[in-house]
This record gives sequence, C-alpha cells and structure tokens, in this order.
Amino acid sequence: MRATFVASEVGNGLRRNLTMTLAVIITVAVSLALFGASLLVRAQVSAMKDFWYDKVEVSIFLCSKGSDTPSCAGGAVTAAQRDQIKADLESLRPLVDEIYYESKAEAYQRFTEQFKNSPIVDNVTEKSLPESFRVKLADPTKYDVVASAFAGRPGIEQVNDQRQVLDKFFQLLGGLQAIALLIAGVMLVVTVLLIVNTMRVAAFSRRRETSIMRLVGASNFYIQLPFLLEAAFAAAIGAVLAIGALVLMKVVIIDGVLAPSFQFTAFVGWEAVAAIAPVMLITGIALAGLAAFFTLRKYLRV
Amino acid sequence: MILFDHVTKLYPTQQRPALDDVSLEIEKGEFVFLVGPSGSGKSTFLRLVLREERPTKGQVWVLGKDLNRLSNWKIPMLRRQIGTVFQDFRLLPNKTVAENVAFALEVIGKPSSHIKKVVPEVLEVVGLEGKESRRPDELSGGEQQRVAIARAFVNRPMMLIADEPTGNLDPGTSVGIMKLLDRINRLGTTVVMSTHDAQIVDQMRRRVIELEGGHVVRDQTRGVYGYAQ
Ligand SMILES: Nc1ncnc2c1ncn2[C@@H]1O[C@H](COP(=O)(O)OP(=O)(O)OP(=O)(O)O)[C@@H](O)[C@H]1O
Ligand SMILES: [Mg+2]
Repeated sequence: MRATFVASEVGNGLRRNLTMTLAVIITVAVSLALFGASLLVRAQVSAMKDFWYDKVEVSIFLCSKGSDTPSCAGGAVTAAQRDQIKADLESLRPLVDEIYYESKAEAYQRFTEQFKNSPIVDNVTEKSLPESFRVKLADPTKYDVVASAFAGRPGIEQVNDQRQVLDKFFQLLGGLQAIALLIAGVMLVVTVLLIVNTMRVAAFSRRRETSIMRLVGASNFYIQLPFLLEAAFAAAIGAVLAIGALVLMKVVIIDGVLAPSFQFTAFVGWEAVAAIAPVMLITGIALAGLAAFFTLRKYLRV
Repeated sequence: MILFDHVTKLYPTQQRPALDDVSLEIEKGEFVFLVGPSGSGKSTFLRLVLREERPTKGQVWVLGKDLNRLSNWKIPMLRRQIGTVFQDFRLLPNKTVAENVAFALEVIGKPSSHIKKVVPEVLEVVGLEGKESRRPDELSGGEQQRVAIARAFVNRPMMLIADEPTGNLDPGTSVGIMKLLDRINRLGTTVVMSTHDAQIVDQMRRRVIELEGGHVVRDQTRGVYGYAQ
C-alpha cells in the first residue's frame, strides 16, 4: 500500500469535487448536530429523572371532616384506621423506603412556608388541610403497588403521586426528543442519498482512471479506497462541525440560559457531551463509509 | 498460455453469438494475429482472455487458470501478468509520460524506489527517452501508443494483448509500433493482437487466426492477411 499515493488521490478527488464535498460536509454536519441534540435531550431527561425521582414521594391524604369522597363517608379518619395504614405501609418494605407522617399542623406550616408571598395563605386554615403519610419508594416506578393497596380504603381521601405530574413534563421533553430524532433521521437519509449520488458522480468522472486501474490489475480495494476515504473524510469533517455545535448548545443554551434560570433542577454535565460526541463521529463515518461502499460496489465492478 | 475449449459467447442483448464454439490454443512465446471483418468477434475473444467477459459456454484457460473457476478477487492478480494495449491509447491526459507509466505500478502497490528504477528503463525500450515529462497532448499518435505499450510492458507481463494497436496510426508509424511489439515478443512475452491492417500481417509472417461470424475460419502458422477461402 502506497500511503502517499493514496493520500494524493484522495486530495485530488476532494478538490475536483469541491462543491459536492461541501454539500456532503454540510448535510452530515446538520444531520449529526440534530442527532446529537436529540441524544442530549435524552441525557437531559434522564438527568432530571434521576434528580426528581429521588425527591418525589407518594402522598396518602387521610380523610378530614367534611371530605366528600365515598371512602370518607365515615367522617374524619380514626386513630385505628391511621395506625392500620401505617402498619400496612411498614409491611411494604423494602419497596417503601421512608414513611413520614404529616399532621394538619405540619401541613399548614409547610403550606405557609411554600406560599408565604401569596395571598392564598389567608384563605387557608389549619383545619382545611388534610393530614397525610408521605412515602418515599425505593423504586419510584412501582407507584401502582402503593396506589392499588391504599386508594379507596376507608379513611383515605386520595393517593397522590408527584411522579405523575413530572411524567407529563418528561413526556413533553420526550416528544421534543422524538421530533429531533425524526428530523435527524430524515436528514441522515438525505445525507446518505447525497453521498450515494456524490460517489456516483465521482466514480463517473474518474472512470478513465478506474478503468485503467482495472486493466493493470489494481485490486478492488485499491480502486475503491480513495473514494471511501474521501467519503469518510468529508463525513469526519461534518461530524467535527456537528460536535462543535453540540458543545455550543451545552455552553450557550444549557450552561448559559437554562441552568441559571432553573436552579431547582439538574442539567446534563460535560460527561454526557463526551459520551455523545464519539457516537456522532462514528455514526457519521460509518454511514458515509457504508453508503460509499455499496454505491461503489455497483459502479466500480471488476 | 491461452486455451479456448468449445467457447461460445452470447451477449444478452444479441441474437447471434459473438463467438461460436471456438477451440484453439496459443503457446508461450507465440506472436498471434487475430483478423476478420468487423463484428467477427476479435475484441470479444480478447475480452474473454482478460476476464472482462465470461463465456456463455465452454472453458477459457489463461496462464494455467480456468477463468470460470477463478474467483473475483483473484482477477487483479491475473491481469497483472497480462499487458493490454488499445486502439485509443487510454492514457491519462493530466499526467506526464513518466507518470502515466508509473501509475500502473503505483496502483498495484509497488514501492517508489522500484518505480523510479523501472520507468526510465521501459521508456528507453519503447524509444521515448527524453520525452518523460511531456503530456499526452504534446505527443504524436505513435508516441502515445508507445506510452501505452510502455505502461503495458513495465510490469514485464507474461502476455501482451493488443486490440487494433495500429488502428489510429498511419502506415509508417504503424511499422514502428509493430517493430516494438516484435521486440517485446522476442524478449519472451506472448503477443496476441487483433488488426485490420493487411500490410502488417503480410510483412510479419506470424500465426494468423481468422474469425468470421464468431467462427475460426483459418488458423495458419505463417499466414498472410487476405487468404482466399
Ligand atoms: N458489450 C456488448 N454487448 C452486446 N453485444 C456486443 C457487445 N460487444 C460486442 N457485441 C457484438 O458482438 C459481436 C462481435 O463484436 P466484437 O467487438 O467482438 O467484434 P470485432 O471483431 O472486435 O469487431 P471490430 O473489428 O469492428 O472491432 C458484434 O456483433 C457486436 O455487435
Ligand atoms: Mg474490436
């Protein structure tokens, strides 16, 4: 293998086909940037899940006087009911990780703390807030086990899972990610088509060289290598640009805008970017290489 | 060297076979003319030897290999032992004479020290010394064909296949090319060339195989071109 010869062939090929090469670089960059962005959103969702699922609890609200759900027909919860609920919760360990009882007084205190700047506090009295058990689950996805065991039991007004609220939010993010992934997929298809066409044009414009190569007994590998390297090289440049765009997204959008304004939640760190970048690079090069390989197999036959 | 055993070649789009049940043998060191009217199957014969086409029926043996059973990845190795020359020269216009010849060695992975040594040697054999750095459009037709022959011969092949090598040249220039091919043959390379040039065939007095409509109608050891049937 003559490395310098192959390198000069690749250089010539890229220069001769400059506009096509640029088109390939740009489409690869755009599609991989979208692909990387969608992976970043996924990493973000999973970072937020880790952060929030750790904090969310299942709340079991107990009946107060005047609650109008059927399970509260017997009036306010009795001490016996409360003890039974507590005992049943204890029996659910280790799924149930922590159990915390919140009395009406504590609920009122927390409420006034949370909404201290809001006029709503004036309309709420200690009596109007329900007492509750706050339960932390070892595995937050197993909410159903708790809900089915306690919902509708006499003395229990309502079983509430904070996760459900969060899930709506995560679904929204998931939807965004799916859309980004879909657009990235379409762009990647466009990229493949463009590479196929570029290779076809390149093979055609160099048919003189390749036909002579065949006649003098150059191996298929040697004939196709410059084309494959050209495609891989253009894809690599596109991937590097896309990775640059991803870094920019992290610096400007996440660290610059989102993180300072939403301090209550976690954001993806650089390790996510470091994990996504090689995936983008490999996807780009592999896609271009495969597209080129299968095109050339058709157009540069022995 | 070359053995055709009941070879028939029918192109998919064609009604009539381009070669029809051809059997013949060409020995090592021979110089063979392939003659016959246009469309008689001369180029098809040569393409079968180069394994650019496969026979529809029968077997083609080249350099001891049954080409029907030669796997695709071994074809380059076969072609490295066969030089090829065509009527239209097939040179690269943006490369110099020396670069055109060197190209044939570069693409089969020869080291550049070897290339630097053998390219001037072969250019001397074909009589192009002093013209190494010219481009094809700065050469006459005869000189361009010499470059093509240098490229075909630089790897010292066992066999040289020439499809109407003098087809684009005037008679005087053709004689020079034939002298060169004769010299290459005397250096031990088997030469098979197709031609329409009666004068050349008559002068050389070598083996002549005449094709007509895909059949061998004459095979003569010291033949002439226009042998009446
Ligand atoms: N690639 C092809 N596809 C279909 N038919 C072909 C092909 N090549 C040649 N033929 C047909 O096969 C027959 C033999 O062609 P071939 O080229 O071998 O003739 P030839 O003797 O070399 O003629 P010429 O002296 O004009 O070069 C012709 O009828 C031609 O039309
Ligand atoms: Mg012909």
